[in-house]
Amino acid sequence: MVVQTPNGFSLDTAGQRIVVDPVTRIEGHMRCEVNVDEDNVIRNAVSTGTMWRGLEVILRGRDPRDAWAFTERICGVCTGTHALTSVRAVEDALGITIPDNANSIRNIMQLNLQVHDHIVHFYHLHALDWVNPVNALRADPRATSELQQAVGPNHPMSSPGYFRDVQNRLRSFVESGQLGLFRNGYWDNPAYLLPPEADLMAVTHYLEALDLQKEIVKVHTIFGGKNPHPNWLVGGVPCPINVHSTGAVGAINMERLNQVSTILNLCDEFVRNVYIPDVVAIGGFYRNWLHGGGLSSQAVLSYGDIPEHANNFDAEQLHLPRGAIINGDLSTVHEVDIRDPEQVQEFVDHSWYDYGEPGVGKHPWDGVTQARFELGPNTVGERTHIREIDEAAKYSWIKAPRWRGHAMEVGPLARYIVGYASGHEQITDQVTGLLRTMDLPVEALFSTLGRTAARALEAQYCADLQRHFFDKLIANIRNGDESTANIERWEPETWPTSTRGVGFTEAPRGALGHWVTIESGRIENYQCVVPTTWNGSPRDSAGNIGAFEASLLGTPMERPEEPVEILRTLHSFDPCLACSTHVMSPDGHELTTVKVR
Amino acid sequence: MPQLETFYDVMRRQGITRRSFMKYCTLTASALGLGPAFVPQIAHAMETRPRTPVIWLHGLECTCCSESFIRSAHPLVKDVVLSMISLDYDDTLMAAAGHQAEQAMEDVIREYHGNYILAVEGNPPLNEDGMFCITGGRPFVEKLRHAAEGAQAIISWGACASYGCVQAAHPNPTRATPVHEVITDKPIIRVPGCPPIAEVMTGVITYMLTFQRLPELDRQGRPAMFYGQRIHDKCYRRAHFDAGQFVEAWDDENARRGYCLYKMGCRGPTTYNACSTIGWNEGVSFPIQSGHGCIGCSEDGFWDQGSFYERVTDLTQFGVEANAGEVGMAAAGLVGGGVALHAAVSALKSAQVKRQEAASEEA
Repeated sequence: MVVQTPNGFSLDTAGQRIVVDPVTRIEGHMRCEVNVDEDNVIRNAVSTGTMWRGLEVILRGRDPRDAWAFTERICGVCTGTHALTSVRAVEDALGITIPDNANSIRNIMQLNLQVHDHIVHFYHLHALDWVNPVNALRADPRATSELQQAVGPNHPMSSPGYFRDVQNRLRSFVESGQLGLFRNGYWDNPAYLLPPEADLMAVTHYLEALDLQKEIVKVHTIFGGKNPHPNWLVGGVPCPINVHSTGAVGAINMERLNQVSTILNLCDEFVRNVYIPDVVAIGGFYRNWLHGGGLSSQAVLSYGDIPEHANNFDAEQLHLPRGAIINGDLSTVHEVDIRDPEQVQEFVDHSWYDYGEPGVGKHPWDGVTQARFELGPNTVGERTHIREIDEAAKYSWIKAPRWRGHAMEVGPLARYIVGYASGHEQITDQVTGLLRTMDLPVEALFSTLGRTAARALEAQYCADLQRHFFDKLIANIRNGDESTANIERWEPETWPTSTRGVGFTEAPRGALGHWVTIESGRIENYQCVVPTTWNGSPRDSAGNIGAFEASLLGTPMERPEEPVEILRTLHSFDPCLACSTHVMSPDGHELTTVKVR
Repeated sequence: MPQLETFYDVMRRQGITRRSFMKYCTLTASALGLGPAFVPQIAHAMETRPRTPVIWLHGLECTCCSESFIRSAHPLVKDVVLSMISLDYDDTLMAAAGHQAEQAMEDVIREYHGNYILAVEGNPPLNEDGMFCITGGRPFVEKLRHAAEGAQAIISWGACASYGCVQAAHPNPTRATPVHEVITDKPIIRVPGCPPIAEVMTGVITYMLTFQRLPELDRQGRPAMFYGQRIHDKCYRRAHFDAGQFVEAWDDENARRGYCLYKMGCRGPTTYNACSTIGWNEGVSFPIQSGHGCIGCSEDGFWDQGSFYERVTDLTQFGVEANAGEVGMAAAGLVGGGVALHAAVSALKSAQVKRQEAASEEA
């Protein structure tokens, strides 16, 4: 049966059903089912979030100053971004402003996360969708060296001997018969297109990136004490600055600042000399595989982030752009206000929740959360052994958020499309430069490869911005300002009895918002709408499909039983399922929180 | 099937000399807190044993344990994964997905029955027939039981697997349950923390591979070598605690001087972990060093002990010489006023010092 969705996609459930569960190399748990036609082209796609933890309910009744620590544990991969969103929401609710230094330090930490997360995503979660490590054994190390020097001439680790050593190590690993993480991979699938030399170069960088990523995060360790899960503070940052006088090894002093500065250089060098050249080189071999665009050419959303000045969240003051594009019209970038009850709404008709009435969307302030795990009549299998899911009924632990009724894609590509459409200078330069280098039209952006390339460009932009805020921090200290926290409203006695706030960031995976309500010093209600809720959204009451599902349609599979193409496109979103499946009610009882606007 | 390569073979193949290899073994020994007498034993283990298969499962969690694991600096995680263990199943990092991933796990369970290590990150929820965490269309708890059956030992990574962590905080709506309450017939090593320190994670694995036995565990099942002492016992700010010098407000003069964070809610006095000794991310810092109190993330139920900014007042005080085993559960609320009394004594000492200073100025 063929169904036309309101957002312009055609779904056909007639062909062979393919199930991928677990979807691996993602954060959390996810299932994907597709139907392929007789030519092995995907004609229907169903994505299911398969986990649920309930942090919002756990937050009720707690001290709002503690909320960052709870919400930070929503995700250990994008560690810190929920904490930042949380302290912003609480500060918004309590009318707390933060010092300039705190803004700089928070931005450095958030940007540092972007760089780290994008690198780890590309090399350790996504690369094996493009790169075949077994094929790398056939590479000529000398030719690999030449390739390296051609695509990344400024990367010093490029000698034939170096690549031979890596290849020998890989060979002994493979020949041991214990393939570890590469076990049962799809290494003879024709979907892999790289020559052996490019495979060897990429595998080598997989290992280099593994060594490097542990250095990048030390910026979090210095300012936040540890990584993953550094510490944050409502009203500023917990680390004091003391550069001039008797102090502590722990205060931010000259040695600490020098260490941060050294790491920022490492980030910049690796992104510039390795990450972007790799994406260009690998992308070049896949330049004709431009599937996976999905919603990206139709509807994208970004809240914006990285405020230049403390406490100013106006769109024009944000380094990462804010805006929405709908109906594929890049000439109009719509303003976004996540306080507006008409803009962000969540639907649950196909999610394992119950609003009591069908077809209703609710703004997070009006969030109703009641679990209802039930499978549709066309499910193949049993309640605790699902073989094929029935997407005509409820089929996911993820809610379906919509912006003015539209299913939206969020993430680096969405940010870059919004930035490009609104004439953001650096973003436009980066995008046009990359397209020129690769000799591709702008339409090529709307693809799996475009999503992957936008992430690399953004890593470069964020690496540059880290330096900007580091310089700003130094300049401010030089001007005599060492303040890092505002404690005027630290004590609950100083708070209004009844208040609410919103915090937002651009997490590595996309737009992230927290909505908090505080009554008598305690959290009354806490709602998060996270990037993978947007991207991994199931259908809504009108039948609009979400970004994951849309992106898979029309993609041909080399071998339907080997889901290389499905993984490649899903991974391009960098799914984070622990993030997306946070809402909860205790024991199935209704948790109604209707707030007065 | 080709001859299984040992760790030593791999190192030699990479051109590492025997001398460097022995140096590595010495570093490993000291990282594990072992004396030089253990170096030959470590070298022998590395020279002779094939890589131990590991199945790494994920339940309800946030993946911070995996993220921490890949931060390990000694040994580097690439060396762990390429040369020390055979990480044959790990949904977060493995190439295969779906049927091929599940097949990999089945093959390991069959081929290495009784000989693989099961590492668990996260925990199973038991409400809703376990369907709050579904993998392969089934409840995660079934997969956990299945993989545990043939394991030689289980490592419970982090606070989730060890105690339940954030999703098990009140009211624990999914009934998220620690691993040892579901699997009761296997040796389980609990490595708590949110997440645990990277080098503690690789240290536990390296210990097991080197000595072919479980590390010594305390009464809570934690490796004594890393969880035997409180953060407070070895905190470099301890002198300020003893001298009664405390941070009174965020970013005050005392904060900038690195005084004790006890009054800001620091849980160091009641938290057993290696943060103040090993440090985080190659020893760059740890929470207290960067100005925020310890939130006690390696302790059972730390989410439900009141606000992180409330001063710890309801815990008994015990000496540095006491260890986790002697103190037992170290649970909150056993004896009132201990730490507070200790702090008061410290403050008294501080006042005495000031009087002496005043006296000397007069003189």
